[in-house]
Parts: sequence; C-alpha cells; structure tokens
Amino acid sequence: MKTEIICAGFGGQGVLTIGKFLAQAGMAEGKHVSWLPSYGPEMRGGTANVMTVVSGEPIASPIVSYPDVLIALNQPSLDKFGPSVRKDGVIIIDADMCPHGCKRDDVVKITAPMSSLAKEIGNIMVLNMVALGVLIGKTGLVKYETIEADLNKYMKAKNPDLLALNLSAIKKGMELAK
Amino acid sequence: MAKVLMKGNEAVAEAAIRAGCRLYFAYPITPQSELIEYMAKMMPTVNGCFLQAESEVAAINMVYGAGGAGKRVMTSSSSPGISLKQEGISYCAGAEIPCVIVNVQRGGPGLGDIQPGQADYFQAVKGGGHGDYQLIVLAPSSVQEFADMASDAFDLADKYRNPVLILADGMLGQMMEPVEFKPKKTDEEIAILGEQHNSWCICPNQDGDKKHHHEINSLEIDPLVLEKHVIKLYEKYAIVEKNEIRYEEYNVSDDNEVLCVSFGTASRIVKSAIDELKGKGKSVGLIRPITLWPYPYEQIKAAIGPKVKKVYVFELNMGQMVDDVKIAVNGKVPVDFFGKVGGIVFTPAEVEEKLEKCF
Amino acid sequence: MEVIAKRPESLTKTPFTYCPGCLHGVAHRLIAETIDELGLVNSMAGVAPVGCSVFAYKFFNFDMAQAAHGRAPAVATGMKRARPDMHVFTYQGDGDLAAIGTAEIIHSANRGEHISVFFVNNAIYGMTGGQMAPTTLPEMKTSTSPYGRKVDDIGYPIRAAELLATLVAPYYIERVSLLSPAEIIKAKKAVLKALTYNKEGRGFTFVEFISTCPTNWGIDPVKSKEWARENMLPFFKPGCYRDKGEGVE
Repeated sequence: MKTEIICAGFGGQGVLTIGKFLAQAGMAEGKHVSWLPSYGPEMRGGTANVMTVVSGEPIASPIVSYPDVLIALNQPSLDKFGPSVRKDGVIIIDADMCPHGCKRDDVVKITAPMSSLAKEIGNIMVLNMVALGVLIGKTGLVKYETIEADLNKYMKAKNPDLLALNLSAIKKGMELAK
Repeated sequence: MAKVLMKGNEAVAEAAIRAGCRLYFAYPITPQSELIEYMAKMMPTVNGCFLQAESEVAAINMVYGAGGAGKRVMTSSSSPGISLKQEGISYCAGAEIPCVIVNVQRGGPGLGDIQPGQADYFQAVKGGGHGDYQLIVLAPSSVQEFADMASDAFDLADKYRNPVLILADGMLGQMMEPVEFKPKKTDEEIAILGEQHNSWCICPNQDGDKKHHHEINSLEIDPLVLEKHVIKLYEKYAIVEKNEIRYEEYNVSDDNEVLCVSFGTASRIVKSAIDELKGKGKSVGLIRPITLWPYPYEQIKAAIGPKVKKVYVFELNMGQMVDDVKIAVNGKVPVDFFGKVGGIVFTPAEVEEKLEKCF
Repeated sequence: MEVIAKRPESLTKTPFTYCPGCLHGVAHRLIAETIDELGLVNSMAGVAPVGCSVFAYKFFNFDMAQAAHGRAPAVATGMKRARPDMHVFTYQGDGDLAAIGTAEIIHSANRGEHISVFFVNNAIYGMTGGQMAPTTLPEMKTSTSPYGRKVDDIGYPIRAAELLATLVAPYYIERVSLLSPAEIIKAKKAVLKALTYNKEGRGFTFVEFISTCPTNWGIDPVKSKEWARENMLPFFKPGCYRDKGEGVE
C-alpha cells in the first residue's frame, strides 16, 4: 500500500512541515517514506510544495505525478495540483485562502476555513497542523499518537505552550475530517 | 542504530564524519548548502577542521594539501563550482591524492538553474580537467545510498590513492529519507587510517631519517618520466576496473522486452514506470550503474535478454551516457534515449509512456 | 680541517636549476640555513609554486608539495590544518602570488593561517621567458609590454607587502632586498623572524625579497643589482610593515 501526498501553499504557511511530520511518523511506524521539497527562490515567500510518499514497499520514485491526497493552502496550489489528484483521492482545502474552490466531483473534498480556525485556536502559525489533523483524521495514514510522541520529543522541554497549541490544532483538524 | 529522517546533503556529511573525515573545505552553492552548513555545525564537535574557502579553486587546493598530508578530506559543491575545481582535481589525480568530492548536480550549462540535473556525466567520467586521468565515480540513488557511499568513497580513495567523486543531484541533496548510519570510527581508528599513508605523504620526520623527503607533485618535466607515470596511473585504473564495478539489476529477466539503463535519481523514476508496466503484463528490466567509472559495460551486455528489442537510456541530460551504453550493447539491439534538461525531472508517467511504445 | 661553510641540512644535493646571477639560490639558502638553525628540519614542510622556483620541491630536504599556479597558500592551508604539528611555508614568485594567486594570498593572510610566505619579487615572469608581471615597473619593457608598461592601460605595479599590511590578522610582514651582502644579512634576520614566529605558532608571516632577473632583464648580474636598486627600491620600499611580536634575537 502506497500513499502519495502533495502539500502546497505559500512559503511560510508551513507546508514542508506537514510533509515532514507525516514522513517522520510513517518512519516511526515502520513504513518506507520519502520527502521531496520544492526548493530555491520560490520558497522565499512564493509558492512551496512538498511531495511525501508513505509506503509499505521500498519507494521507487519520490516524484508524485498523481497524488492520493492534496493539501492546498492557497488557490494557485489548488489550481496547479487539483487536476492531477487520483480519482477517489482526497483534497483538503483551506477555504480562507482558496476562494474559488475546486471543480472536481470525483474526489473527496474537505473544505474548511482553516486559517480562521487556526487564529481561533490561538495562532495562525498552526494552520499547517490543522491541515495535518484533517489528513490523518480522514485517511488514518499515520496514528495521532505517533505524531504526538514526535512533537513531544522536539517541543515539550523547549516550548510546552507551543506544543499544546499544536496538539489542539491537530485535534481540531481531526474533528473537521469526521 | 535507529533510522533518522534526513536530507541527502546532511546524511552524506554525517556519514563522512563517521567515516573519519576530519577536514572539509568548501564554498557555498545551491543546492548543496545544507552539506556545508552541516559540516560547519558538526566539525567543531569532533575536533575537526571546517573551513569556508574564498573560492572553489582554493577549496580543492586545500584538499590537495590536506590529502597530500595523508588525512581523510572532503569538499563538495554543485555543478558550476565543480567546474571551478577541475584544475585542482586534475592535480589531485596526477599527484595521486586520496580525497572525496561531492557534486550535488544542478541544471547547466553556465549558471544554469538550481534544479536537479545529471548533465555533469561527461565532466565526471570523461575528464573534466586536463590530462589523462580517471576519477572513481559513484552515483547514489537514495539518501541511504548517498550516506553509505561516503565511507565507501573514502575507502576507495585510500586504497587506490585516487580522488573519488560522488555524483549526486539536487533532488537527492534536498529530499529526506530514513537513513541508518554505520558506527562512528573511533579516534584510535582514525589515527590508524591517518598513518597508512606515512610512507609517501607530508608528515613529520619522526625518526630523523636523513633521507626523509616526500614529494606531493604532478610535475614531471622529462617526457620519458611523465610517460612512465601516466602508464603507471593507467595500470592502477585497470585494477580499479577489474575490482570495483558496482551496479544494480532491477526486474532483469529473460522475459524482458526492453532493457533500461539509468543512473542516480533518474533510475528511481524508471523503476516506478517498470512497476506500473509489470501490472500490465509488460516486462521491462533496468540496469543501474552505481559506479559510473569504472563502467559496467560487460554487465549491461550480459543483461540483454533473448526477447529484448531495445535498450532504452533515461537520463536528466541530453544523452551523455548513451555512448557508453552503445559501447556496451555493441550493435546487438537498437539504443534509444529519453531525457529532460533544464532542471526538469521526468515523471514516472512520461517514462511509462515512452516504454509502452516499445511493445 | 675545520669546516667553515657547508650545504645546509635543509637542502638536498640536487643542483639548483637557476640562471647565472639569479638570486633564488640566495633566498633558498637563507631559508634552509634558518630552518637548520631553528632545528625545524624534521617538522618542516614547504609548498613550491609555478614559476622559476617550480622545482623548489626538489631542493629542500624535507617534505614538499608542488602547487598549481597561485594556489600555494591554499595548499599550505590544507597541509597545516591536516598536520598542525608541522611548520609550513610557501615559496612564491610575483606572477604566482600577485596575479593568478591574489585571492589565495589575501585570504590566507586574512585568516591568519599559521604559515610563512616567502615572496620573491623580480618584476618579471622568468620561467615563461620575460613577460610582464603584476610587479613590472611603469615603462619597463617586457615581451608582453614591448612598448613599456603603460600605467593608464594596465595599472601600476602591486605592492604586496603594503597590500597585506592593510589586513588585521597577519602577524609579521617585511620587505627586504638581496642586492648586496649587507642586505642579504638583513634579509636573513627577516627570515629568522618569520620562521621563529612560525615555530612559535604565532600566525601568518610574510617576507618579500626584492630580487633580480639578469636573463630576462637583459642586464648582466652585477649591473642588474644596480638597476634594481635604482628602479625597484624607490617603488618597493624595504622595511617592516607589521610586527606584532617583540622581535627575535
């Protein structure tokens, strides 16, 4: 079983981090993973994307042509990658940043004002964690507990407040997926 | 040791340190900056030397000096910077300096762009610098292999007193995959490694031998002496060719109707296409040269099964490896080529489409 | 029989390949004698340049590397960093140091690399047959400045000692001349200072020798020294441009 994910948005929205958490958790659960970012000047304020693959088998190409899951945190990203999502795949859309939405009706779409929700939780910075929560809530690709353990490792000592904020953002996302 | 998720650029740096590299000289360039940054951060923690040189030219000449002093030393860069290093690389080959050079290739020619490419194949395996010489060239296709090659490269460099080039690309440098590292060499092991070259390298004259005079040199002004030196180098290269060819076979069988040849990250895309075609009942094999020099000519020839109609070369350049594949195939079947340039990486779907047309 | 002069232990028996009247031999000897006197012969390593002294790796009787044109300071940097217990110097000419190797000399000096640099300035390229050097004097004729060096076109000669003395890191910088026995004795003192500082691990040391090239100047050896005195010394003024130490007895 192989799941290919593209996360895309503006630089600074934390899309690369979504992929990183997925890859990290996939690895912790004993799966094969790859994480391939776009890089260069486009990362500095332009659009950024990351292709993440989580698979039971060794991963051949880390390049994703037809993603199973797309997280689109802005309209240009949705326009660019939306058409290539596999039939019956999942598209996760930040309604605040994608005013025109996506016209596909052969995929599962989860559209929510995630930027506003992140602000409600306490910080726009946790937008990416809301999206990550939606993804794991919808697909069950990796367990919440695995991600929590990972976050604990990096943040518990350094910044416990930020850790709590991140975890509630992920949980909020998981609720949205229901 | 548990697996860690790491970028290729960082993994190769960590692996080099673990392999006993304590000297690193380089100049920043995208897309290999994480490598130099990792070395800047980690070398001081192992009492190693990190030095950001004033240029690529200076960096490779520092490598010449440190390698000439018998110590494990590395430099890294990306395509335009590797071009600048070519003079020094030729000197290192001529003076038989063991050292490791990493090229995280990007698009060219000229300043090109910063996206992945494989257009430095000719430069790596056919020369690059002036004169008759060969580098041992290793081409990784995963972050794990990139890391493993660091220690392999140092071992080969020491064994043959020859520069070893790891030819990676921007994709491999930037992507993260799980890596399992080999154990760290102890200070004692590193000290022993450092002594293996004391018969010829720049080193203190510890017992005060009056005849102690080691020369690190690529100059032989007498043509007859230089000819002898070059012939001696080529005798060494012949041994490398005999002993060190590395390659991977993927789905190679007598049922193959097409045999692909592809190296580095490009080969991974080809593997995906082969898997897709397998599901459709179409048999395609792949030979992935791991050493680009010495090149697996015989192994490619031997992998051409009875039903193979075509050998297909896939590269991220304009077909620089095709000549070598043609030498291997030697007219047995036609050789075709598909490539992408400018930093664009072909997709599994594009490769699949090309291969499907062969059936 | 009492021996009053002999080949320094720091020189091999290989005969020098320099032209009659050339002062490279004098500079080599000063360096070799000083290394002997300081007892450094077993921990010394040198780097030879490209230029007339390209074969210096054969003449010094300890470990030597031959560097690509201009890159000796980078090679010395690598050697010193790899073998901090050794004492490292480069020996370079004016084309090597002040033209093609400008970046390497400035940055090794700026890092305060713990090496000594011996720079022989004779205002011309010797080995390739008398072409214009970065230190060729205004209006001086060479094979590539056949009408004389035109400063409006190609600029003025580079004063390496003064240039490096603008940097903060270098420990010791001095220009000396090799034009008479008295000057050679003075030059020896500068070499001693540089190598003593090197031995003590104090930092970057630099000695520039004003020298001659009778062959390519087309002037006989005796007159070439007069010519250098009249023409080179007013522009390349001997003197100490930096000394962070207390001096050496």
